[in-house]
This record gives sequence, C-alpha cells and structure tokens, in this order.
Amino acid sequence: MPLDLFSVGDPIADTKAPMDVPIGERWSERRFRGRLVNPANRRKLTVIVVGTGLAGGAAAATLGEAGYKVKSFWYQDSPRRAHSVAAQGGINAAKNYRNDGDSVHRLFYDTVKGGDFRARENNVHRLAEVSVNIIDQCVAQGVPFAREYGGLLDNRSFGGTQVSRTFYARGQTGQQLLYGAYQALERQIAAGSVEQNARTEMLDLIIVDGRARGIVARDLVSGEISTHFADAVVIASGGYSNVFYLSTNAKGSNTTAIWRAHKRGAYFANPCYTQIHPTCIPVKGDYQSKLTLMSESLRNDGRVWVPKERGDDRPANDIPEDERDYYLERLYPSFGNLVPRDIASRQAKNVCDEGRGVGPGGLGVYLDFAEAIQRLGRPAVEAKYGNLFDMYAQITGEDPYVTPMRIFPAVHYTMGGLWVDYDLQSTIPGMFVIGEANFSDHGANRLGASALMQGLADGYFVLPSTISSYLADGPFEKVDESHPAAVEAMQGVQEEVQKLLSINGTRTPASFHREVGQLMWDYCGMERTDEGLRKAIDRIQEIRKEFWTNLKVTGDWHSFNQTLEHAGRVADFIELAELMCIDALHRRESCGGHFRAESQTPEGEALRDDENFAYVAAWEWTPEGQPPVLHKEDLVYEYVHLAQRSYK
Amino acid sequence: MTVTHAGRRTPKVAKTNSVVKKAVMAVSGIVMVLYLIAHMVGNLKVFTGRESFNSYSEWIRTIGAPALPPQTALTIIRIALIVAVVAHFWAAVSLWRQAKRARPQGYVTKKAVAQSYASRTMRWGGVIVLLFIVYHILDLTTGTVNPDGDSSPYDRLVASFSNPFITAFYVISLLLLGMHLRHGIWSATQTLGQSNRRRERTVNAFALVFSVVLTAGFLIVPFSVLFGLVD
Amino acid sequence: MTASMQSSVGNPAAEKRGMNLTLRIWRQKDPSVKGKMVTYKVTDISPDMSFLEMLDVLNEQLIMQGDDPVAFDHDCREGICGMCGLMINGQAHGPQQTTTCQLHMRSFKDGDSIDIEPWRATAFPVIKDLAVDRRAFDRIIQAGGYISVPTGTAPEAHATPVPKADSDAAFDAATCIGCGACVAACPNASSMLFTAAKVTHLGLLPQGQPERDDRVVNMVAQQDREGFGGCTNIGECSAACPKGISMETISRLNHDLLGALRAGARPKS
Ligand SMILES: Cc1cc2nc3c(=O)[nH]c(=O)nc-3n(C[C@H](O)[C@H](O)[C@H](O)COP(=O)(O)OP(=O)(O)OC[C@H]3O[C@@H](n4cnc5c(N)ncnc54)[C@H](O)[C@@H]3O)c2cc1C
Ligand code: HEM
Ligand code: HEM
Ligand code: SF4
Ligand code: F3S
Ligand code: FES
Repeated sequence: MPLDLFSVGDPIADTKAPMDVPIGERWSERRFRGRLVNPANRRKLTVIVVGTGLAGGAAAATLGEAGYKVKSFWYQDSPRRAHSVAAQGGINAAKNYRNDGDSVHRLFYDTVKGGDFRARENNVHRLAEVSVNIIDQCVAQGVPFAREYGGLLDNRSFGGTQVSRTFYARGQTGQQLLYGAYQALERQIAAGSVEQNARTEMLDLIIVDGRARGIVARDLVSGEISTHFADAVVIASGGYSNVFYLSTNAKGSNTTAIWRAHKRGAYFANPCYTQIHPTCIPVKGDYQSKLTLMSESLRNDGRVWVPKERGDDRPANDIPEDERDYYLERLYPSFGNLVPRDIASRQAKNVCDEGRGVGPGGLGVYLDFAEAIQRLGRPAVEAKYGNLFDMYAQITGEDPYVTPMRIFPAVHYTMGGLWVDYDLQSTIPGMFVIGEANFSDHGANRLGASALMQGLADGYFVLPSTISSYLADGPFEKVDESHPAAVEAMQGVQEEVQKLLSINGTRTPASFHREVGQLMWDYCGMERTDEGLRKAIDRIQEIRKEFWTNLKVTGDWHSFNQTLEHAGRVADFIELAELMCIDALHRRESCGGHFRAESQTPEGEALRDDENFAYVAAWEWTPEGQPPVLHKEDLVYEYVHLAQRSYK
Repeated sequence: MTVTHAGRRTPKVAKTNSVVKKAVMAVSGIVMVLYLIAHMVGNLKVFTGRESFNSYSEWIRTIGAPALPPQTALTIIRIALIVAVVAHFWAAVSLWRQAKRARPQGYVTKKAVAQSYASRTMRWGGVIVLLFIVYHILDLTTGTVNPDGDSSPYDRLVASFSNPFITAFYVISLLLLGMHLRHGIWSATQTLGQSNRRRERTVNAFALVFSVVLTAGFLIVPFSVLFGLVD
Repeated sequence: MTASMQSSVGNPAAEKRGMNLTLRIWRQKDPSVKGKMVTYKVTDISPDMSFLEMLDVLNEQLIMQGDDPVAFDHDCREGICGMCGLMINGQAHGPQQTTTCQLHMRSFKDGDSIDIEPWRATAFPVIKDLAVDRRAFDRIIQAGGYISVPTGTAPEAHATPVPKADSDAAFDAATCIGCGACVAACPNASSMLFTAAKVTHLGLLPQGQPERDDRVVNMVAQQDREGFGGCTNIGECSAACPKGISMETISRLNHDLLGALRAGARPKS
C-alpha cells in the first residue's frame, strides 16, 4: 500500500462487551456490570449533547428525565428540524406482529448480512433486542404509526429482508418519531433539566486531562463564540453525506462536530462507507442545491425498468412491454425490486452506463406504478404513497400516476463515522457518539428502516445506560473558560473564523463545495478505482489550497452570517473528503456501498475479501503534512456465517 | 417589550385567555341574534296596520301585567341586550388590540386568500352596526332624532323611512349586519367547538340562509314604507 | 458520458432557462435597525429551479460583488423540516399551497416582479432580512404539547388498539411542520392553527387523554403570553398551511378548552 498516503498503527478493539456470556445476554450483562449513578448525584453531573435528531433528542430527553443536568445544542432554530425529520420509509423492529418468522435473531442476522459483514456483531444484536422497546416507547408518546382497521399497528416490508417488520407513519415516519423525541425534549426543557442552545454550532471539543470536558460553540445569531463545560460530551450531529454537495441531507448537515472532535483525537471509522440510495429524483440542472429521496417503500409496488435498446427515447408509455427490461426482476428473481440499496443503485448505474438510461442526460431509470394501479386501484396507491407522488409532481412538474417516475441514485447516508466501543464511547474518554455520527451498526451498507432504529436505540436506551458507568467517576474537577485547554480551543476557533473572513478571494464557499462534491461523486461515489481515487486525492489537496487562498466570505463574524457558517463547514468537508478517498483507496475489496471496480465477481457483483479486510478501519488524525494513521479493529463473527451476499 | 436573544420575551399579556374572549363574543352574539329574530318578526306586524303595530309595542311593555310591574319583561330584555352588547364589544375590541400588538408592522404586500368579504368586515362592520343601534334607538324608541319625534312608534317608523337618506343608512347597516351574521354564525359554531369537517357545509349553508332571511325580513319594512306600501 | 456524472453540466440541452425577474426583498441588518424593500434583478432563471435555488443564484451574485447576501432560513429543502418560510407576493410560502422550498419557479412568469418579506409577528422577531425567530412555537409545545412518558415506562405497543379513523385523523394533525405560515398569513397573527394541530393530534389518541385538559389550557395560555393574536376564525391560516391542517382542529381546540375550563382546569402561571 502507498505508505505515503497513510501509515498503520496499533490495532484497536472494543473492551466493553462482556464476551464471556452468549451474545443474547451481553447487553443485560453489560448493564449489570456497569456502574450506576445514584439519583441524588445525577444533579451534580452535567452532560453536553450536541444534536437533537432522533439520537440526540432522545438522549437529551432521557438523560434530563433521569436527573442529569443536560446542555443541548443544535444549529436550526428548533430541535424539531433535525434532519431525522426527513426520513420517510419506516423503522424496523423485531416485534413479529406478522407472525412471519421474524425474531430478534433474524433482525440481527439480516442487519449483519445487509451490512455485508462489516459490522460488529455485539452492537447489532443489541440493536435488534432494543428495537421492540422503541416501538412501545414511541407509541406511548403518541407517534401515530399506521394502523389496520382492527386498531393494531401495520407493518410493511423493506429492501433486503423477506419479513414485514417495518413500522411506518405514511411517508413521514422520521418526522413523527422525531416529534415524539422533540416533545419529550421540550418537556424536559420546561422542567428545567435541559438547557437549550438553539442556533448554536459546535466548533471544537475541549479536552482536559485526557477527558472530553466541553465544547466551543458559536451562537449563529449573535455570532458570539463561547465555551460550555460538562462531565461528558455526547455528539449526535448526524451524517456527512453533504461532502458530496448534492445529497438527500439537509443543507446544513455537516461533519464539523465530528471532524473537529476527530482532529482532537477521536478515531474516524470507515469514512468511505456511504450509502447511495437508488430511488431519488434525478438531477435537473447545475443550479440544483439538493436531491430529494423517494422512499424506498415505493419499490414494494413500483417496478424498475429501462428500455431494452440503448438510446430509445420514446416516451415511457409508448414503449411496449416486451421492449422493457425489468432488470432487477431479471437479475435477482427472489428479491426482485426489493434488493438492498447498494445493489439497486449499482445496477441503475450499470444500465445508464450502457446507454439505456432515461430522461435528461440518460441519468435515470423508470419506477413504474402502472401495474400497481391496475392491481390495487388508484385510491389504494394514493393512500399508500400519495404524499410521495405529490412531492414528485411538485418537484418535477410531471404526474407519476400517468407517466412512470424517473429515479436515479443519490448519496443518502454515511455508515462511517466516529469510532465507538460497545458503550458508544469514542477513543476520547468522556466523549460519546450516537446516531448517524458514529460508525455504528450498519457495516458497509445500511438496510432500509434501520437508521431510525439505531438512532432511537442509541438515544433512548443504550447511551443513557452506558454513560452512567463513565459518569460514576464524576463529577470531575471543575473547569471554566480560563482553563488553558479552553483558552486554546477558543482561540483556535476565533482564529479560524477570522481567517475565513480575511482571505477575500474570488470564490464563494458554495463553489468550492460544489467542486469537491462533484469530484467525490465521480471518484468516490458508486464505483471506485485505484486510479480515480488517487486522482481525486491530488485534486482535493489542490482544492484545499485554493480554498484557503481564494475564498470569499462577506460580512463579519459577530452577527448572523450564513456564508461564514457554510465556509466553515466546507473547510471540514474538504479535509474529510481526502480521508474518505484514502480509506476507499486502501480498502481494495468491494463491500456493501463500497464498490471497487478491481474487486468484482464474474457477474459483476461486489467481491469481498474477508481474509484481508474483515476489519473496521479507524483513522487517527495527524497534523498537516503527516499521513493519517490506520488502526484496525478485527471483526470476529461468532454467530453469523460469513458468506458471499446473495439476493438472487 | 424587551427581546433578548437568549432570554424570553416579556410582552404585555392579555389577562383573559383569547379563546375565552371569543366564547364571550359568541355567546353574546347569539343572545343578540335571538333578540333580532324576535325583533324582525315583531317588525313585520307593521303590515297589519298602525293599531296592531302600536299595540304590539304596548304589549311588550306590559307583558305579565298586572302580576308584574309595567316594563318588567322589556327591562329584562334591555339589560340582557346591554350586557350582550357591552360584552361583545369589549371582547371584540380587546381581541382587536391583541391582534394589533401581535403584528405592529404590517406587510408591504399582502394578499387575502381565504378571507371572505364578510369575515374581513367583521370589525368595522360591527362598529357601524353599533352606531346604527345607537342611532336607531334615538330614532325609533326615544324619538330624539326622529323627524316625527313625539308620535307613536308606527308614525315614527313611517316618518323615518319616508326619508330616503335615513332609509339608505338603514339599508347599509342592515346589509352589514347580514354579513356580520353570515360569518358570525359560522364563526360562533367554530368558537364553541361545534363545527367539524362533516358539519362545515351545513353550518355554512345555514348561516347564509339565516342571515339572508333575517336581513330580508328587516329590509321589507323600510322598502315598503319607501314605496308607499305602508304609510 | 457515464452515469457517474452527478449533474447535467455539459448537457445544457436538458436545461430550460431564461426567466428574468425583478425581486423586491426586505433587507434588515438586524433587529435594531429599520429595514426596507430593496430591488434586485435576476436573469436566466430556470423554471425548474426551486424558489430558494433562485435566491441562491442571487446570493452568489451578491457575494461576488462583495455585497451582503440575503439571509433566509432553510434546511431540508424538501418540504418537511419547516425551516423555510417567506412571504412571497403577499402570500405565505407563495402562490402554491406548499413550503417555500418546494415552490418552483414554474409558478412564475418571465418578467414577473416578486415581493419577498419575512413572516411578520411580534412573537416572531426578525433576526436578519428574511429570517425570523420562531422559538415561541417551541415554548407553546413546552407548555404541554407532549405526552409524559419517561423512557422505558411504556406498555407493550399492542396493549391499546387505536381505531384507525382516530389514528388517521391524529396523523393528519400531527403533520404540522411548525413553519409558522399560519401565523404569517393570519390577519391577527394568531398561532391558533399550530396550537390546534398539536392539541388535536394528542387529544385524539388514547395515550393523550390523561393530560388533555391541562394541555389545552396551558398551550393556549402560552400562545397568548407569547404575544400572538387571538383567532377570529378567518381561515387564512389553513389556506396557507403547506400541510393542509384543517380548520376543524381549531374547533376541536375550542371545544377542548371550554370543556377543560368548565371542568376546572386552569393554566399554570
Ligand atoms: C431523506 C432521508 C430519508 C431517510 N429515511 C430513512 C428511513 O426511512 N428509515 C431509516 O431508518 N432511516 C432513514 N434515513 C436515515 C435517518 O433518517 C438518519 O440516519 C437519522 O435520522 C440520523 O439521526 P441523527 O439523530 O443521528 O442525526 P440528525 O437527525 O441529522 O440530527 C443532527 C442534529 O445535530 C445537530 N448538529 C449537526 N451539526 C451540528 C454542529 N456542528 N453543532 C451543533 N449541532 C449540530 C443538528 O442541529 C441536529 O439537531 C433517512 C435519511 C434521509 C436523509
Ligand atoms: C357592537 C358592535 C359589534 C361589534 C364591534 C362586533 C364585532 C364582532 C367581531 C370583531 C366579531 C368576531 C369576528 C369573527 O369571529 O370573525 C364578532 C362576532 C360575532 N358577532 Fe359581532 N359585533 C357587533 C355587533 C354584533 C351584533 C349586533 C350581533 C348580532 C345581532 C353580532 C353577532 C355576532 C356573532 C354571532 C358573532 C360570532 C361570534 C364568534 O365569532 O364566535 N355582533 N362581532
Ligand atoms: C328596518 C329594520 C328595523 C325596524 C323597522 C326596527 C323598528 C324598531 C322599532 C319600531 C323600535 C321601537 C319599538 C318601541 O319602542 O316599541 C325598535 C327598537 C329597537 N330596535 Fe329596531 N328595528 C329595525 C332594525 C333593528 C336592528 C337591525 C337592530 C339591531 C341590530 C335593532 C335593535 C333595536 C333595539 C335594540 C331596539 C330598542 C328596544 C328597546 O329596548 O326598546 N333594530 N326597532
Ligand atoms: S399549522 Fe401549517 S402553517 Fe402552521 S406551522 Fe403547522 S404546518 Fe406551518
Ligand atoms: S387566519 Fe387567523 S383568525 Fe384564526 S382561523 Fe386562522 S388563526
Ligand atoms: S427547507 Fe425544510 S421545509 Fe423548506
């Protein structure tokens, strides 16, 4: 491997999961062995929670309820706007309400397999166990999940599984789950147990005596930069898909919180694992600012096809049945249109590369409901997918009831994130990472409806239990803004902000963001090659240089300045992009969302290399000029049988 | 009012809950509507002639006699009406002021989408109706401003409506009142929590028919006088 | 070209462009200064752009000229977070009943002149230009817009069946995204629709019953305290609401409130 791009350090391992008991008992055993904090002492312990999505919102509410003093931070005006709100499809849980053979073990198994055997067994098993409690909790909060006429909860099936275990609330599951967590959080804010910091962005982590003790944050309205202290810091800042500029994430979604923690010593695991979602609305033009997902649930009834002939530009409805290629049904007869996302995306790319794509630029495939409308009737289709169809019509100006939808893959989710152990603690003691921000439970590919499950599992159930083991040692020695570590962090942030404002070059933050995003999509997107990644790394280094010499940001930092906010985030994306490419380059196998052209089966499927790559790549940051250090966590499979994934 | 970024704002707070004010308005409105139904029917007696009309006026003043002192029923009605008008007016003004405080700076451009003409004219319409009531009492009850001051109710009525200007004022006020009720009846159902999607159409249709019938019932009288059907 | 191209750059044929527009935008540096409408021209706008993408084009221009770009709130840009919200030609979220981010330029014509203002309400003070502070909504939720169920105390989800009709109606109300268009559109600047949506959502579910009276009493008291206007059933709110929250929710709130007051529930002060 090119030693100039990185070096290999000591392996790392999780030490928290009790490996001496069977996997089904490890979570309760861990809780039993963990230390508790007596309720009277909790009031003396402060926890910072960055983020109010499903993970952060649930955690802050639960910790507040438990009696800790919580300080909550988010960048939008209200916690209700965290991007979890956008999740459409649903949330998995091993309730087996359908009596279709589901169980905790099956959910565990499906998730590990779906992740292409690159996830940690212990974490995934715990996730499956906790999943059932999540549904109970949310229903009690008033989350209006879809119900059947008998009044009981409805389920649907989702890509990559053969059981119906997905709970949903029309096409707005994430919204409803988030409002449940948000309301619980607001209740704690009213009760005085959670301090709220709206429109406040974390810009650095403060470490004192080796422990995470606080953050530096900027009030986005007044511009004021300030320090905040606690006995532990929880980061729940979501995913970093926006490194691609165009993604299904919110415009403000960023890597800043985790990237800056990474620069303070937290290892970044599997940064190159990104999920490209197969069903998004195709790009229209170069002004486009974001991509919109069409829920995966559409593949339950919609059929994906392209014309058999390349360059066939007849309108969809004029193409006769026998001249259509329902390629997913053809290639994967047993899963058909319900293959996992990585596979569906890559096949869409393949047919477009063959010149059979549809719509502007040939960058799209049809998702056709004609058959479903005929079979179920339009009202039934409307009831199931009405809001998605409306959204599609609103954006494209086309009526999907009449002409098939056009869809194309888009970056959607990042499986990578900060490395955490079984307790969800990062490599920095006292800093916990939950939700999409950690490298989590999804391995190299995430199954649909399992991110919501993970976010809520982490936030409601896992973190609140595991963090007490750490906090039992507290309260730690008091620190305030005069502590040298705080002063140093604060000055660092101020200097960077000043620097961004003083370059006064000729390019806007958005133009850099777009450029680096396009580069990432081209070379670190659906298909990656050694050559392409090297090219990308070289180019990213140039972009980074140009960014710091030719950026233009107007205004000042002590006021509401959205350009400045964006500039800071882009600076971090550029650095992250480089690490993602290095990670993608070093992993010479294909697995899940990471498809290396050099590593495929004769049929063109992803070819894993378990012998050499069955590990988590946890990257240590090094100062500029020195290559990052790779620490490997070996993945051991005791319960799941490693096999080539097949959905044929 | 002070607004600090981190702190909470401390606006001048209305003491009574805004929904309660609305309920006061709805209930007082309904009381007035009930009176108007009776009043409208009573007015139609004008077609039965001077005697009949005057004796009706007389009858109101002597209900329950001799068991009750003269004017008991009328006094009760008057008190109820005064209370209703005052309460209605107080609630309207108070909500109006709350709305003004709620948006001191208006829009440069504002387009109404759902507002009907009726709902938009509730406030000024209401005020004009109030002025009308004051004038009307001075005109027909006390005769203070009536062209034919001291005569019987019937003659006062004919005297007023023989003047096209007075009639015009009556007509305009009545149309405004009609609109006020058109929206008001629907609004009161909503305020009292009795409307829902199923009932909405029925309530709206009722409000429309009711206010048209009521307004028409009132309007017949001045027009009949103006066109000499009653004299 | 391969499918790995993310955008249709290099494929200009696919793009329709060419709209020229005059924008009059409310500019206000911060709450302490007076604002005013300022006129800008944008050219070569595509009808497929979203309204916010059109503003992005303007802002990129302004930055390059060294001018202060127009501040406006947005995040998800797919109509669900509720962060965006502009008064466009006198209508909250513009001429379509959708969010500002889901409004597309095909709703306008070449040569149009468009007025853009922030939400106006005492309870939503302007932060800068078109961005306002809507945290008053959160405080209304804090006053009672929740079901008290500490983590881990929930009974089995199937223990209480909920009639599908109730669940669906609760869902309809629960889709409110807290954007504030109802307040912006209401001639009284009343937050009634927002509050009513939450009261309805929770009040229709069996889980919401124990706190039903206190919830409505406290939430209404809080919206008055925040300085919103009172509702006089005008209906502009529902007509502007991107999620189509119905007027029926307001009736339900009124019903619940009067019932709760009769039953003796009083707001916490
Ligand atoms: C369009 C879409 C559809 C999806 N559909 C599904 C689905 O159907 N099922 C499923 O399981 N998953 C789905 N997912 C994935 C899932 O929604 C997310 O992975 C999950 O919600 C992430 O939750 P989170 O709490 O980790 O982060 P988020 O919800 O993204 O929250 C991040 C929080 O961090 C705050 N924050 C971020 N940066 C900073 C900073 N620097 N300083 C301070 N605060 C900060 C934000 O304000 C926010 O409160 C979908 C994702 C998308 C984008
Ligand atoms: C005294 C002068 C009056 C004023 C200032 C006034 C004003 C108002 C206003 C502002 C409203 C609320 C508007 C709305 O709900 O949209 C209202 C409602 C109403 N008014 Fe009047 N009005 C007056 C007289 C009357 C009269 C004389 C009647 C009846 C005969 C009446 C009947 C009603 C009714 C039934 C309502 C509906 C109550 C509700 O909305 O809950 N009003 N009025
Ligand atoms: C054309 C329509 C109307 C006619 C012909 C009419 C006629 C009269 C007459 C003749 C009287 C005096 C009765 C008497 O003193 O015995 C009277 C009293 C009164 N009218 Fe009308 N009226 C009309 C419309 C209205 C309307 C629209 C209102 C209210 C909104 C109204 C409210 C009253 C009141 C409050 C009194 C005083 C009752 C009392 O206390 O004595 N009238 N009206
Ligand atoms: S009720 Fe409608 S307009 Fe009001 S905040 Fe909710 S979604 Fe927005
Ligand atoms: S527009 Fe305003 S008055 Fe009530 S019905 Fe809607 S809040
Ligand atoms: S930006 Fe999220 S709703 Fe418009």
